[in-house]
Amino acid sequence: MSSRETGGTNLDVLEPRGRQVLRFGWATRLRHLPPGLAASWCLVLVVMLWAAAPDLFTGYSGTEGVPGEQLRAPSEEHILGTDGLGRDLYARIVYGARYSLTGAFVAVAVGFVFGTLLGLVAGARGGWLDAAIMRLVDSMLAVPSLLLSLSIIVLLGFGTINVAIAVGAVAIARFARLARSEVVRVRRSDYVEAAFGSGGTFWAVLRRHVLPNSLTSVIALAALQFGSAILAISTLGFLGYGAPPPTPEWGLLIAEGRNYLSRAWWLTAAPGVVVVLVVLAADRISKSIQRTAP
Amino acid sequence: MSGVPLLEIDDLAIAYEVNGRDQRVVHGVSFRVEPGEVVALVGESGSGKTTTAQAVLGLLAGNGRVERGAIRLNGTDIAHWSQRRLEAIRGTVVSLIPQDPGSSLNPVRTIGSQLAEVMQIHRRGDRKAIQARVLDLLTRVGLTPAEMRAKQYPHELSGGMKQRVLIAIAAALEPTLIVADEPTSALDVTVQRRILDLIDELRRENGTAVLLVTHDLGVAADRADRLVVLQEGRIQEQGPVKEVLATPRSAYTQRLLSDAPSLAKPRPQRAAPREDDLAIVVEGLTHDFPGTGRGAAPFRALESVSFTVRRGTTHAIVGESGSGKTTAVRSVVGFLKPTAGRILVDGVDLTTLRGEALRRFRKHIQLVYQNPYGSLDPKQTVCQIIEEPLLNFEPIPPSDRLRKVRDMMHRVGLSESFLERPPRALSGGQRQRVAIARALVLDPRVLVLDEAVSALDVTVQAQILALLDELQKALGLTYLFVSHDLAVVRQISDTVSVMHKGRQVDGGPIETVFMRPDSAYTRDLIDAIPGRAMPVLASPPIPFQG
Repeated sequence: MSSRETGGTNLDVLEPRGRQVLRFGWATRLRHLPPGLAASWCLVLVVMLWAAAPDLFTGYSGTEGVPGEQLRAPSEEHILGTDGLGRDLYARIVYGARYSLTGAFVAVAVGFVFGTLLGLVAGARGGWLDAAIMRLVDSMLAVPSLLLSLSIIVLLGFGTINVAIAVGAVAIARFARLARSEVVRVRRSDYVEAAFGSGGTFWAVLRRHVLPNSLTSVIALAALQFGSAILAISTLGFLGYGAPPPTPEWGLLIAEGRNYLSRAWWLTAAPGVVVVLVVLAADRISKSIQRTAP
Repeated sequence: MSGVPLLEIDDLAIAYEVNGRDQRVVHGVSFRVEPGEVVALVGESGSGKTTTAQAVLGLLAGNGRVERGAIRLNGTDIAHWSQRRLEAIRGTVVSLIPQDPGSSLNPVRTIGSQLAEVMQIHRRGDRKAIQARVLDLLTRVGLTPAEMRAKQYPHELSGGMKQRVLIAIAAALEPTLIVADEPTSALDVTVQRRILDLIDELRRENGTAVLLVTHDLGVAADRADRLVVLQEGRIQEQGPVKEVLATPRSAYTQRLLSDAPSLAKPRPQRAAPREDDLAIVVEGLTHDFPGTGRGAAPFRALESVSFTVRRGTTHAIVGESGSGKTTAVRSVVGFLKPTAGRILVDGVDLTTLRGEALRRFRKHIQLVYQNPYGSLDPKQTVCQIIEEPLLNFEPIPPSDRLRKVRDMMHRVGLSESFLERPPRALSGGQRQRVAIARALVLDPRVLVLDEAVSALDVTVQAQILALLDELQKALGLTYLFVSHDLAVVRQISDTVSVMHKGRQVDGGPIETVFMRPDSAYTRDLIDAIPGRAMPVLASPPIPFQG
């Protein structure tokens, strides 16, 4: 019995990572999830459900007010009170999740796809193409991101999707930089050279080795950008560049609540807190992905 | 011997906490070190030798813990002392020579100030006295002129010089025990000899005892008084070096001894292949790297190197770091375009090929890398890794591909249960077998092995060398074997080129080069190989002129 025990221990010392993966299933890993991370995932899940099926979470409409119920304080009937037009604030936040989340998804997708592509080409090709792409990226980073987003919106016009594209375009530079540095790191590794040495073509090696191995950090950045995208979209919504009223977009909710700040502070505070929580959760999740990267 | 030993380790058990579970890596180890004695702690990776040495200094990793047993220094148990109490004795009573000189010095401070630091911490004299002592120590370890060296930064020194600085730091306060954790593993063999000589000298002068942690039985045989052989956290055998090596009692020590490469173990003679059947011809190979900085002269890494390799034989390229051996093989496999010279592989001049033609030709010549941890894609499975080269050429149906992969795995001695495993679930030796299988799956005619066994433990190294020998016989392969280890080279190659500073200083059949080297450098290299004091099991020693 004792000899079997020690045999296992010795193997663990030699192969700590490999053995763990073999031994721990999903259930065990879920139980070992840090509480902060678990809470973050729950929060993101709830917000996603809000976006998918808002009517399951509230009986009120997100856009139509009830006459005579204006500016009620939080109560049992209206958990977060009502706004100046008698609309339930909780319902507006729940319905607004759809706009904020779609916007964030589109923004991250735009940044992720174009940024990774640029970084991949720059890092893998090198030479003048690398220099050209990276100088372009540098000049994009040199312009303040809000200013850049505003200029793009002015070109594209107002609206939820246009705002998302504008926010995503700003993120392209960040994705491109990270993707390039990862690609350069992976390209220098022996297994990539070995793949070329065994007769691999440029694109085959890129697809089989460089892309899968450089993507983990980029995905972590995507999670992080998801949080900042929500923040940026809310900012633009707050400034009035996003969806027009009465869309219950979160940034717009904060802007509208501002008018009643002295009488009904919760109208500004509640959507603000939701934005902050979602951003923090995205940040925490991003960190956990980052940690699994080699 | 005095009554109280300098260091006495008594039934020491150490565990690391991993994922909330204690994993014991040292199981009840006991040994002692007398004043002025050199005790070698020998074992393979994972044997717990470094963990034991770290425990002596109280420098276990954060998750490590002494579970039971005692570490008595001059009769006092220090196993459970606080870090603060230990700080008082580190440097003054026990000190450490770390393994990797490259990362053990602070890159932004001069070596003089780093050497002075240890004396300032322990308040040994005023600034002037310390400065004088720094210069004295630097001279003592052979870093002259000391005034100039003291003002230099670590990046201005070579690996051997950095190790000398670390030895000076360790010896600065004249401790009674120095723990040397693989002090020469990262160094070239001639540098290794000088560093070990230096440690020997300091020991003789100051009467310091040394606990030498090493994986190299040859080093232990040459330098130690007593030997402690560790395996998987348990002592297999201990005793005076000569006794243990002459009559090893444990089976493990016997295996270590027989697996250790040695100059006295030449490879068995084989039928000589035809003289004119040449697999590789290298003529006047020269390679310049562009100089760094504006207008800098190009750096010549290789200067008209020429050698030929007959089909089915093994040619070794030997040299220390910076000798140009890696540049040479990278040119031979077509990763570098040489500045001048010709490389003929099977009669085709590789230097004229480019683009698609070069890609097609890669099929015939394959490279196995030094580090099996970096040469396999962590995201692939063993099956995908071995199969990949087949996807690069004419399409083969998936069932045939899988059959070829299985055949290859069988050939290199891997069971089929490995097929779907990722590389991280494999040991170093198993990974290197996968790398060899990947190289051979295209049926190449030439296999280039770039330090392919240097990163492996001796027993695994012996297994891989045996595998290579077997594959050569079965498949008629030609090997180009790059190594810094002359003992290994002596064991497996037919012909050899000795490289030094980009030039070939010696070359020819292995017997000729080893018995009657032409150049002083080759002689120096052969003399520096550790393990002269090691007896050879199973084969009679060959007379050898030093």
